[in-house]
Amino acid sequence: MATMPEWRGPVGMWCLIAAESAMFIIFVVAYLYYAGKSLSGPTPNDVLRVPIFGSICLFSSSVTIAFAERAVERGDLARFGRWWFVTLALGALFIAGTVREWARLIYHDSFTISTNLYGTTFYSLVGLHAFHVVVGLTGLSIIMAFGLLGFVRKEHARQVRVFSMYWHFVDAIWAVVLPVVYIIAR
Amino acid sequence: MSDAEFALRPVTVPQTVGASRPLLDRLHDWIVTVDHKRLGLMYVGYGVLFLVVAGLEATVMRIQLAIPNNHFVSPQVFNQLFTMHGTTMVFLVGMPILFGFANYLAPLMIGARDMAFPRLNAFSFWMSAFGGLILYFSVIAASGLYGAGNAPDIGWFAYAPLTSSTFSVGHSTDYWIIGLLVSGIGSIGTAANIVTTILCMRCPGMTLGRLPMFVWLNLVVSALILLVISPLTAAQIMLLVDRYLGGHFFDTQAGGSAVIWMHFFWIFGHPEVYVLIIPGFAIASEVIPVFSRKPIFGYSIMVAATLAIGFLSLGVWAHHMFTVGMTSYANAFFTASTMAIGVPTGIKIFNWLGTMWGGKISFAVPMRFCVAFLFQFLIAGLTGIMLSASPFDWQLGNSYFVVAHFHYVLIGGLIFTIFAGFYYWYPKVTGRMWNDVLGRAHFWLFLIGFHLTFDFMHIPGVLGMPRRIYTYDAGRGWELWNLIVSIGVVFQVVGIACWVTNFLWSYFKGPAAGNDPWDAWTLEWSTTSPPREYAFATIPVVASRRPLWDVKHPEDPDWKYE
Repeated sequence: MATMPEWRGPVGMWCLIAAESAMFIIFVVAYLYYAGKSLSGPTPNDVLRVPIFGSICLFSSSVTIAFAERAVERGDLARFGRWWFVTLALGALFIAGTVREWARLIYHDSFTISTNLYGTTFYSLVGLHAFHVVVGLTGLSIIMAFGLLGFVRKEHARQVRVFSMYWHFVDAIWAVVLPVVYIIAR
Repeated sequence: MSDAEFALRPVTVPQTVGASRPLLDRLHDWIVTVDHKRLGLMYVGYGVLFLVVAGLEATVMRIQLAIPNNHFVSPQVFNQLFTMHGTTMVFLVGMPILFGFANYLAPLMIGARDMAFPRLNAFSFWMSAFGGLILYFSVIAASGLYGAGNAPDIGWFAYAPLTSSTFSVGHSTDYWIIGLLVSGIGSIGTAANIVTTILCMRCPGMTLGRLPMFVWLNLVVSALILLVISPLTAAQIMLLVDRYLGGHFFDTQAGGSAVIWMHFFWIFGHPEVYVLIIPGFAIASEVIPVFSRKPIFGYSIMVAATLAIGFLSLGVWAHHMFTVGMTSYANAFFTASTMAIGVPTGIKIFNWLGTMWGGKISFAVPMRFCVAFLFQFLIAGLTGIMLSASPFDWQLGNSYFVVAHFHYVLIGGLIFTIFAGFYYWYPKVTGRMWNDVLGRAHFWLFLIGFHLTFDFMHIPGVLGMPRRIYTYDAGRGWELWNLIVSIGVVFQVVGIACWVTNFLWSYFKGPAAGNDPWDAWTLEWSTTSPPREYAFATIPVVASRRPLWDVKHPEDPDWKYE
């Protein structure tokens, strides 16, 4: 017995995650390779503050989306909607934190992507991750809207789980980017 | 096991899609299709179209280089020609044709009704197609240093700092970046689709150990594509940041590094060579057994060797950079890893020879191309091992010897097997048989042309002729060799003309081929020729690696021995 078409979704998502991981590896390698090679200021220590609140939000959203998955598998749709909304809100808080950070860096510290090599690598890597969070938030919102309209039911648990794989991946990437950018390469 | 016999019998339902419908309707069907067979054909058609374009670009370059001090084209145009030739051949010819073969054949071979994600399949095809159009749109749209239109002229590996906005004014480089980014998204989509299809859509009984070799090799290739296209995408995003947002990734004046672009490009670029050649192996692994009348020799070793090639290919990229100047540790590592890849590749060659050994070989046109491939790929591998030795590479890196080496791989290896695949599966896809005389003419002309061009191209390389030069002075000892190389092109062009004529003519006038003209063993030959939209009326059940052999020889089925 070889056929298992019900695994298409997860396998396809693993393929996407593999491809995306390869892309992030290149950006992380570039970041580490260029750390400290910038010929002019500012340096990370001059401008960076560790985004503790945003990181807590993003990491805990992986837990809340797991609660939502479990709820939809049991057919508890009201509970699913609540946890899904909490996930969406936590993701949005993370992005709000990034927006505040970037606004401070750009307007207060006059530190942009073209200021120096450090700026180029910082905004590219953090921005690439933020872009993935925004894509994830878009997906979360679409499924939220479907849920509110009553289109998400127990039989869609598999699709919900495939999407949440992507969200877990986005969180896992932050678990790499956060220490690399804010702790190791300072 | 009687299930297999029932399930494999083709069902004779009349075709409902008539050819008499209006042209616009039929065109519309092709545009909106999500059928893996149609998308496969569109991939192949798109690849062949660009094969002709890139072949003509090469022809113009060979006219320019045929005699010393020639001015057939301007130096600017020459730079654009070699850039577009290389980029086109890799991204718009090699990958689309291989995706086309995999798209068309893999679902049929594993007894699936379609790919795992038919709509993603269509999306990926159109992304790749538009990527190609964006690249070629630069010819009329990208305002360069002079004049209105300007094709990219940065070489196919686009080394920094030539690509910076200082040295590449205008938008030709941007078209190169965006075109490849877009087609890269299509490649990742199709690769994910092929992996998922092969892992999840196999018919009952089609275990991984019974997959046709073609399917196994395409599984490895697609997994490799997932890992290697993204680094190129990442590097291109960095290049866009440099060009548009004033970034400094590859800007040495701000602490950036031009060498890091080389690393990122070749982390993609070298595995890409295996992405191109392994599907060639896949075709050879189907054709050689059928025309030797023997099952493939050493099935599991063949699979293991392919996995080893895929794995090792991720660790050899910097052998493209020996002449750049690396540490002696790096030189030693990449020399050793590159030589190591020769081992699984050698195993494959011995397996194909073992398949032919003692077989009842029939030298039909597909088999001829495969036999030529075996010899040529061996030589390509040997020059590859020569170049993998870093001291040797310091002498011959960036010379015509290197150009001859990789054309030996990609034409002598890949294009020959693609031709074999075309002749082998053409009767299945069109329902008609090609003309044997034209097929043989194509084989011999292309073989002679190939050897005239690429055997003799090694010599000016050894004599010191660098690649990519626009012209050269007389009296350096390069004239005769360059002339012979250019004369070879004439044979190749005539050969290609025979091929195109043969396939167009046979499509309308060729004799009916029947469902199984080669007496082959894989599932696609159990369908009608051409296969219907739903190729399998009932999903087949298989019990061995050669399901059709089992059906045809119930007295001596394979499953008794496997």
